[in-house]
Amino acid sequence: MMRINANPTMDTAIKLLAVAVAMFAFVFVVMVPLYNVLCDVLGINGKTDGTAYTAVSTVVDESRTITVQFIAQNNDEMPWRFKPQVTMMKVHPGAANDTTFFAANPTSDDMVAQAIPSISPARAAEYFHKTECFCFNQQPLDGNADTAMPLQFIIDQDLPKDIQTITLSYTLFDVTEMVRDAVASR
Amino acid sequence: MGDHHHGPAKGLTRWLFTTNHKDIGTMYLWFSFAMFILGGSFAMIIRAELFQPGLQLVEPAFFNQMTTLHGLIMVFGAIMPSFVGLANWMIPMMIGAPDMALPRMNNWSFWILPPAFLMLASTLFMEGGAPAFGWTFYAPLSTTYAPPSVTFFIFAIHVLGVSSIMGSINIIATVMNMRAPGMTYMKMPLFVWTWLITAFLLVAVMPVLAGAVTMMLMDIHFGTSFFSAAGGGDPVLFQHVFWFFGHPEVYIIILPAFGVVSQIIPTFSRKPLFGYASMVYATAAIAFLSFVVWAHHMYTVGMPVAGELFFMYATMLIAVPTGVKVFNWVTTMWRGALSFETPMMFSLGFLILFTIGGFTGLMLSIAPADFQYHDTYFVVAHFHYVMVAGAVFSMTGAVYYWLPKWCGRMYNESMGQVHFWVSFIGFNITFFPQHFVGLAGMPRRIPDYALQFADFNMMSSIGAFIYGASQILFLYNVIATIVAGEKVSDEKTWDGAEGLEWTLPTPAPYHTFEVPPMIEAEPAH
Repeated sequence: MMRINANPTMDTAIKLLAVAVAMFAFVFVVMVPLYNVLCDVLGINGKTDGTAYTAVSTVVDESRTITVQFIAQNNDEMPWRFKPQVTMMKVHPGAANDTTFFAANPTSDDMVAQAIPSISPARAAEYFHKTECFCFNQQPLDGNADTAMPLQFIIDQDLPKDIQTITLSYTLFDVTEMVRDAVASR
Repeated sequence: MGDHHHGPAKGLTRWLFTTNHKDIGTMYLWFSFAMFILGGSFAMIIRAELFQPGLQLVEPAFFNQMTTLHGLIMVFGAIMPSFVGLANWMIPMMIGAPDMALPRMNNWSFWILPPAFLMLASTLFMEGGAPAFGWTFYAPLSTTYAPPSVTFFIFAIHVLGVSSIMGSINIIATVMNMRAPGMTYMKMPLFVWTWLITAFLLVAVMPVLAGAVTMMLMDIHFGTSFFSAAGGGDPVLFQHVFWFFGHPEVYIIILPAFGVVSQIIPTFSRKPLFGYASMVYATAAIAFLSFVVWAHHMYTVGMPVAGELFFMYATMLIAVPTGVKVFNWVTTMWRGALSFETPMMFSLGFLILFTIGGFTGLMLSIAPADFQYHDTYFVVAHFHYVMVAGAVFSMTGAVYYWLPKWCGRMYNESMGQVHFWVSFIGFNITFFPQHFVGLAGMPRRIPDYALQFADFNMMSSIGAFIYGASQILFLYNVIATIVAGEKVSDEKTWDGAEGLEWTLPTPAPYHTFEVPPMIEAEPAH
């Protein structure tokens, strides 16, 4: 092995220190990005793609009907009212579908929210394509205001045959502080 | 100066400025014992609260602080520094080196520890209380919902991580560069081997722990979202990073214990260790496998089936090298001229109880079964069988084994035997019933529990008080030995002992092996 220092003890110590520094960097440079890539690619944790789906759907598979259920919930201490327009839809793979979620800010303060999606079963996540979603952006809402937030999605024709029901859950997080801090630090 | 055989300096500065491996080893051992008592007293509070169902003594929030600090202090303050202390004392004497390779760094790696733990303990008196999120400090409990003192906790983890890394670099540099001529790697005593491998594990994973707490720090204070779903992060990421450190960590704790037992059992069997080479390879295999099994702590987190299966089979694979080790220890004793002095008793206690802990570990490794055991007292019972009856019993045996060599006085054998039996019985009364309440569904880390668990919990608490009290006996025996023990001067305290440390005068002089010893052709282990 290559000698870095003429003193063998210092040589060993310097190499080991380099290993320790490399392992610290490994956490940030490899582990975190790799985890996010793996979750995106494999759809683990029911994470859906964070950006809009742009591919054009060609065939609508009328022979299959998939039940899509919607759940809306607040993260703790989030005071907004948050609910789906419909709790359940029956859709065909390949077809474009529209629905809406309603949110209302009952407080007198201007707030910002972020909705985080999760698909169950997690295997279905990579076949659930959103062409438009309010979850792609943060949702600012004035005090005592309400809003309708659109969602457009297509279920992929390649969805495994054994999946008949997909549950899409949104958790609404209060990110007002986070946004304010980011603005303040700019 | 001139005289190479000068003794230690006088007064407090001897300990502050010392670069002597024996002084530093001694300080590590006393510090870790103090932490053992502190962490143990937290355990006594936990068991006192759990003596009966209902809330009697402490508030639930304080109870959570106790479980958290008990775990942190026992893992990072008691067990790890105790083995580092043992390594400091024994490794130079076992490989024929005059001191550790980097003596000044050695001084520093010890002296940053007490401030780190002082800071960690001081969080108890801070507004909002000490960290209460468990020793595994899962996000978002340790970020979004953490008390303000979490920042001090993070700094303490950074400092003790730096201490561990410096200690490990020192041990590796010593073993690789300072062995006496003729002491090849495969002639090193097994304790040196297990520590060499442990030190590599530490250098590899302590920075990962530092990375995890750094991400927490950034999430809490600098607006990042590594672990916050609202900002696009993921709390499950924390668990992956933590256990990527955490699983090698459990072998960091147990491998030096394997090394100690591999020294003690041959001595009192009066036979060389059976299967020396296979012991070395088994240790290396366990260390390697420890990097690819971390997610078995997270079966219930929602992994794909393929992931569950991979981590299940990889975990079960660890039973093979571990089985090799247990087999070798038993075979070493087979047809040996056995005697049962206190160090041997603790090693036998280790062997039996660690094997039980290994079996419950195998039960937990089975992914479908783990869904029932997860986060119950069954897990608590499992890891106390490997941590206490594994690491602590072996460490206790090590103190009895080498104490006469260190101070030139013999401990009280009868008191040692009493200490062993009270510990052994107390330990089993404490933790054996926890298997049952765990299988019956009692969750861990709760200050109160359903009525059907009452009897077993009372047993557990009584056992814990017995086990705790037996450590006072240990402390008394050690102090009595140092102050007024019967003087011994034989180089070999134990007639069956082999190895370079037993060629030195008793008590071991302040400076040893200033001239490297000659290693004979036969193996030194």
